[in-house]
Amino acid sequence: MAGVELKNVKKSFGLITAVQDMNVTFDEGSFTTLLGPSGCGKTTILRMVAGLEAPTDGDILVGGTRVNEVPIHKRNLGLVFQNYALFPHRTIGQNIAFGLKYRNVSKSDIADKVKAALDIVRLPGVEDRYPSQLSGGQQQRIALARAIVIEPDVLLLDEPLSALDANLREEMRVELKAIQHRIGVTSIFVTHDQSEALAMSDKIIVMSAGKMQQVGAPEEVYNSPANEFVANFLGASNILDVTVTSADNRTIVVQTPQFGTITVPRARVADLHGAKTGRLVVRAEKLRLLEATAHDGGVSAPGTVEAVDYQGQIARYFVRVGDAQFQAMNMIDGRPFEAGTGVQVAFNPQDCSVLPIES
Amino acid sequence: MSGPDRAPDLRPWFLLAPALLSIIVLVVIPMSFILVYSFYENIDLAVDRAAFQFSNWQELFRDKYYHVAIWKTLRLSVIVTILAAVLGYVPAYFIAMTRFRHRWLLLLLLILPFWVSFIIRTLSWIHILGNQGALNGLFEWLGLTDAPLSMMYNETTVIIGFLHVFLPYMILNVYVSLDGIDDNLEPAARTLGATPWQAFREVTLPLSLPGLAAGCLLVFVLTGGSYVTPLILGGPNDYLFGNLIHDAVVSELNWPMGATLSFTLLVMLGLIVVIYSRFMGINQLAKAFR
Ligand SMILES: Nc1ncnc2c1ncn2[C@@H]1O[C@H](COP(=O)(O)OP(=O)(O)O)[C@@H](O)[C@H]1O
Ligand SMILES: [Mg+2]
Repeated sequence: MAGVELKNVKKSFGLITAVQDMNVTFDEGSFTTLLGPSGCGKTTILRMVAGLEAPTDGDILVGGTRVNEVPIHKRNLGLVFQNYALFPHRTIGQNIAFGLKYRNVSKSDIADKVKAALDIVRLPGVEDRYPSQLSGGQQQRIALARAIVIEPDVLLLDEPLSALDANLREEMRVELKAIQHRIGVTSIFVTHDQSEALAMSDKIIVMSAGKMQQVGAPEEVYNSPANEFVANFLGASNILDVTVTSADNRTIVVQTPQFGTITVPRARVADLHGAKTGRLVVRAEKLRLLEATAHDGGVSAPGTVEAVDYQGQIARYFVRVGDAQFQAMNMIDGRPFEAGTGVQVAFNPQDCSVLPIES
Repeated sequence: MSGPDRAPDLRPWFLLAPALLSIIVLVVIPMSFILVYSFYENIDLAVDRAAFQFSNWQELFRDKYYHVAIWKTLRLSVIVTILAAVLGYVPAYFIAMTRFRHRWLLLLLLILPFWVSFIIRTLSWIHILGNQGALNGLFEWLGLTDAPLSMMYNETTVIIGFLHVFLPYMILNVYVSLDGIDDNLEPAARTLGATPWQAFREVTLPLSLPGLAAGCLLVFVLTGGSYVTPLILGGPNDYLFGNLIHDAVVSELNWPMGATLSFTLLVMLGLIVVIYSRFMGINQLAKAFR
C-alpha cells in the first residue's frame, strides 16, 4: 500500500490538452474521488497513474518513488475499467487468477486466494462460469475481485458503477466503500456522479476541462464551492449578482435585487479581491417555498411557481421572483405546490455563499 | 389458438426463397449435371456417350498421377495457408491497433488490388522475377551478377503468386477479429502484471483465432481450387489438382473425366469447410465482408 502524488502533471494529445498542471496528493489508505463531467480528463489521469499513458510533463510518485519510467506490468496497481474488461475467453476463476500467475503464487494458494476474493465481493462459487454468463453487477464485482486479489499498492476505479442500474448502483456504492475500508487500500475513484462522490469519498477533487477546480472533503466542497462551476456541478444552485454594501470581521452585507440586503457569515465568503460586486450562491435544496402569507424567519420574497418537476419524495420547483427564475428542491409533505401558485421564497443567510465574479 | 391459426407459418420460407432459389439454380443444378456427366463415357476427343458406368471413377482411384496431384495440392495449400497466416497477421494487427485516424485508407489500400484482374497481377511477377525482370536488372546494374539468375517457374514463384493474391483475404479476416476485441483487455492484462508479449499471447491472440481460422479456411480453399497461378508462374512439375481438370477439359476434351475430377475437388474442399464449420461456426466468414 502506498500514497500517490502527482507533481505538475500535464497530458496533451496533439493539440488537445487533456490534463493541465495537476498537483495533488492521494494519501495512503484514503479514498479519493476525481469528479467531473465527461471529457474533463479523469480517465487520462488514472491511465497515467497506471502507466497506460505517459505524462507529457511532470512526475508521478507512488509510495514516494517516481514511477514515470516503470513499465505497466511492474507497477502493481489494480485498475477496474469502466466496461469491466473481463477476459471473455477465460472463466471467472481464470480471470481472477490472471494477475497471480505473474506473482510466483503456488497453485494451491491461487485457488485459495481466488476463493477469498470471491467471498469478499460476495459471489462465492462462480469460478467455472464465463463472464458472459454473469449480470452487469456481477461482472463488476469480478472486475473488482480481479483487481484486489493481487494486493495492489493502489486501487484505481474508472466509473465502475456507471453501467449499473440505479438501485444496484447505490447498493454497490455502499459495498465498494466497505470493501475498500476493510482492505485499506489507497483508492482513486473516478466518477461524473456527484452523489457517488459525496457518499464515498474521504476527499473529492472536482475537475473541469483538464483542470482541478477544488480539492476538499465532501462537506467542504459541497458547502463552500470554490467557484461557480463547483457550485453548479454539485447539485443545482441559484446564482445571483450582488453588490457588497458593508463588511466587518464576522459578516458581509450584500444587496440583492430580489431579496433586499442579506448578511452572510465571513466563513462562507470567498476572497473577492476587494471587488464591490460578487455572486451569491444558494443551493436549490436550501431554497424553501412557503404559503404566500407565511414567514419562517429567513430572508424571503414573494414569487410564482412556474413549473413543478415531481420526483416522489421531493419536488423540483421553478419559481419566478421579480425578473429572475430560481430552482428549489423541497421535501413534499402533503401536496406539492402547483404551477401558477403564489408563494413565499425563503432561505437562511448562513446557507449562502459568496463567490467573486469570474471574468 | 384455433382453426386457421394452426396452419404452419410459411413466412420464413417466403423470406428464404430468393436465396434458396439462387443456390439451387446456380449451385445445386450445375453440380448435379457435373455429377451425372462423370458417369458418361468419353469415346473420342469431345465425343461423349451418355451412360451410367464407372470407368472415370475407376481411373481416378487407380491412377497414381491423380493421387500425386491430390498430395501436391494439399501440401501447397498448407504451405500457402501457413505463410499467409504468419505474413497476414502482422499487417492486420498493425491496422487494427494503429492510432492513425484515417484507418479506412489502409483498408482501402488492401482492397485496391482487387480492381486489377488477378491474372494481370499474377503476370506481373514475370516482369519482376523473370530473366529480363526488374530484379535481374537491378542485380546486373549493381554488378552482383553477369548473367540473369533464373528465378521463375518453380514452386517458390507459385507460392509468391498465391500469397500476393490471397493475402488480403487473410488480412481482412484477422483484422475484423482483432478490431472486435475490447481495447481495454490488453491494458487490463498489462496492469495485472503481464508483459506486452504475455498480454498478446494470453488475450489478443486467442481472441483473434476465429478470424485467423476464417482467413486460413478461405486461403486454403482458394489455393486448393486454383489452376491459373501454377499455369502462369509454375514449372512443368508445379501442377495442382485444378490443372488436371483444366487439362482434361481444355486439352484432352474429355469432359466426363473433367467432371469426375471437378466433383472430387468439390467434395474434398467441401469436407474442409464442413470440418471448419463444425469447430468455428461458418458465421465468422460472413463478418469480414460486412
Ligand atoms: N488517446 C487519445 N487520443 C486523443 N485524445 C484523447 C485520448 N484519450 C483522451 N483524449 C481526450 O482527452 C480528453 C479527456 O478524456 P478522458 O480522460 O477520457 O475524459 P473523462 O474520463 O473525464 O471523460 C477528452 O477531450 C478526450 O477526447
Ligand atoms: Mg472516462
